[in-house]
Amino acid sequence: MNAWWIVLGIVVLVLLAAIWIYNRLVSLRTRVDNGWSQIDVQLRRRADLIPNLVETVKGYATHEREVFEHVTEARARSIGATGVSDQADAEDQVTAGLRQLLAVVENYPDLKANENFLALQEELVATESKIAYARQFYNDQVMRLNTLIQSFPSSVVAGAFGFTERPFFEIDEPTRGPVSVDLS
Amino acid sequence: MYEQIAANKRKTAILFVLAVLLLGGVGYTLGLLTDSGPVGLVIALVVAVVMSVGSYLYGDRIVLASTRAKEVSKQDAPRLHNLVEGLAIAAGIPKPKIWIVPESAPNAFATGRDPEHSHVAVTQGLLETMNRVELEGVIGHEMAHVLDRDILVGTVVATLVGAAVLLAEFFMRMWWWGGFRGRRGSDSGGGAASAIIFAVGFLLLILAPIFGQLIRLAVSRNREFLADAQGAMLTRYPPGLIAALKKLQSAPTAMRSANNATAHLWLNQPSRLEGERLGTLERLFSTHPPLAERIRRLEEM
Repeated sequence: MNAWWIVLGIVVLVLLAAIWIYNRLVSLRTRVDNGWSQIDVQLRRRADLIPNLVETVKGYATHEREVFEHVTEARARSIGATGVSDQADAEDQVTAGLRQLLAVVENYPDLKANENFLALQEELVATESKIAYARQFYNDQVMRLNTLIQSFPSSVVAGAFGFTERPFFEIDEPTRGPVSVDLS
Repeated sequence: MYEQIAANKRKTAILFVLAVLLLGGVGYTLGLLTDSGPVGLVIALVVAVVMSVGSYLYGDRIVLASTRAKEVSKQDAPRLHNLVEGLAIAAGIPKPKIWIVPESAPNAFATGRDPEHSHVAVTQGLLETMNRVELEGVIGHEMAHVLDRDILVGTVVATLVGAAVLLAEFFMRMWWWGGFRGRRGSDSGGGAASAIIFAVGFLLLILAPIFGQLIRLAVSRNREFLADAQGAMLTRYPPGLIAALKKLQSAPTAMRSANNATAHLWLNQPSRLEGERLGTLERLFSTHPPLAERIRRLEEM
């Protein structure tokens, strides 16, 4: 009789542990999803800035058609991208396009002093640092989720309920931190 | 971090219990002195509960009002809004409301009850003296306080101590004016009542330094070091906060709205006196570790 109680006790303990691990997996997965949607919001915001930026620069630099086309194409690709790695590739293109565009701006002192352009530039710097922060949060949560999925005994619970590892969001670091004011 | 959140919630609960016990005790003694039985106790308990609930629900508003802070829109302070929003994303919390305090000394604080109800306030002086990177470091430090629920304990302490000081002054003044009237009217009946009012006010005055001690216990100076480290981890750029703290070392700290009840909330301890670094009383109530020590620890990271 006594032995049965011990077995029952062990079963209850194991069940409690499994429930705890399951809840932790669910909350981490939600955090990863939230992190991703936050990245998405900021990427969309950056994409929305591009047409304005191109228009403003076009007003001064009429002969740089190639640069404008490049960045506009990259923007279209980034909006259509699906999945983490596809999105990351598209974003690298956008970042490269924007760098080219801002390098062009260096040759037009009037444009650099244009108030509209300066406001757009502050928005761009801010959005890029938000992308970096969103990526930081997302990757931190992914790391915690993946660690939990890989380690024992949580791996058993993860396997049973179909939790899968998530990919990291790896992009070229947009300008950030001390150099963020100067985008060239 | 989760242990710190739990510890801060526990501290807040203890503070509420202490406030109820203290005020209840005062009310009970009053009841004994006036032979009115449990009336004093009941009134005191009601006051204590109202104070506790009020400091939990409206503490952030009270603190912000006491510093004369004004909420700013994104149009009026785009850079500040962008920095706060970015760091809120990094911390994975909703964006706090943003306020500007009309003081020329560079300083900042955070208040609220949890990340969903949080506020970050900076002085006009901070916006004028700090560049983007330094400002980011300062906001990171404040965001760490929000994340760890330091803001809950800090805000509750500020409003409870503020209310106690207010009550003490109220009773002392009642005695003062009551005393005059008694003398003028040569009315002997008022003597006992005014003596009791004096006793209550005096008791609360004696308790004030004990409250000060409580602040130090609740908001240990270690919290500042932790928030510095955690803030630097959020920005991933410790030199930003280091540069900001170095600027604070040589900046003025005098603030018109400085007082002992809210001193512990600020990034850098404010002083009441112009020119002098800190008054004697403020040193006694010192809630912050020296800036040089904070800079040294950040540089070791």
